[in-house]
Amino acid sequence: MAKIRGAVVIDQDRCKGCRLCVVACPTQTLALSTTSVNHRGYAFSEDVNPDACIGCSSCAQVCPDGCITVYKIREE
Amino acid sequence: MTKEEIIQKGSLAYEKPSLLNNNTMHYCPGCSHGVIHKLIAEVIEEMGMADKAIGVSPVGCGVFIYKYLDIDFQEAAHGRAPALATGIKRVLPDRLVFTYQGDGDAAGIGGNETLHALNRGEGITIIFINNAIYGMTGGQMSPMTLMGQVTATSPYGREAAIHGYPLKLAEIAAQLEGTAYVTRQSVESVAAIRKAKLALKKAFQISMEEKGSCLVEFVGTCSSGWKMTPVDANKWMSEQMFLYYPKGDLKDITKKEKS
Repeated sequence: MAKIRGAVVIDQDRCKGCRLCVVACPTQTLALSTTSVNHRGYAFSEDVNPDACIGCSSCAQVCPDGCITVYKIREE
Repeated sequence: MTKEEIIQKGSLAYEKPSLLNNNTMHYCPGCSHGVIHKLIAEVIEEMGMADKAIGVSPVGCGVFIYKYLDIDFQEAAHGRAPALATGIKRVLPDRLVFTYQGDGDAAGIGGNETLHALNRGEGITIIFINNAIYGMTGGQMSPMTLMGQVTATSPYGREAAIHGYPLKLAEIAAQLEGTAYVTRQSVESVAAIRKAKLALKKAFQISMEEKGSCLVEFVGTCSSGWKMTPVDANKWMSEQMFLYYPKGDLKDITKKEKS
């Protein structure tokens, strides 16, 4: 069965760690970093479970800072 | 398939609109302003109006919108954005003119300007961000603050006897003869964002057709002013603010024309 796979690219320097993308993600692909912060001191968003991404772009749409770019592909 | 392969071979599903530049926004984490800026950029891009759009920025948190959107902007005195937009639209009628105002700017200090510009039926769109608080100055009570809401200047909650009642600006605007489209939207979820984008596009189109003035109210969050996390602020907004400020179209003259 064809499966939709997605990938997110997060501009982690621009991210402010508001967590809205983590909540919006239906597949628990994203989480805030627990071990490091970006140059402005925010815990940034990371794709901790990249295989789960379906490329729905919910995270990118709710991101107030436009940090997320989403790609998707149909896998046969 | 690895992430790199998907990025290489796959199609682009979403990226930041090109009219939104790379300047880091000064907004607090999770602020609704960011999403609304993105929607404005997307809609103007889709309409192909980037060269013909002129925004008027307010005084308030939204003041620096001209630093983030790559279109023409003019900064107005506090509350005077609709008057400035009126002037711009009358001199350059082929331009897409909109104002971007918070609740303190549009409903508080500029209430008079807002109502008269709307009532004159100018072909402008007023984008009105209602977050129930004066966000920039530190969370004081605004005309839109809900009853009982605790703010810096209403520490025991808003009381009718002392502070009066919240102002339903969109409902007032819907009663005016000059308005063509009045709607109330929000940006807390993907579904809401999609609806809000359609409403914004419609408002821009109606104002370009000079059918009247448009008011697009966005019920937004101020997580810093409300002293909540962005996620809790969205929840509080959905539970409390939508009761007093119900979402949906309040006036739409294009619907009347069809029927």
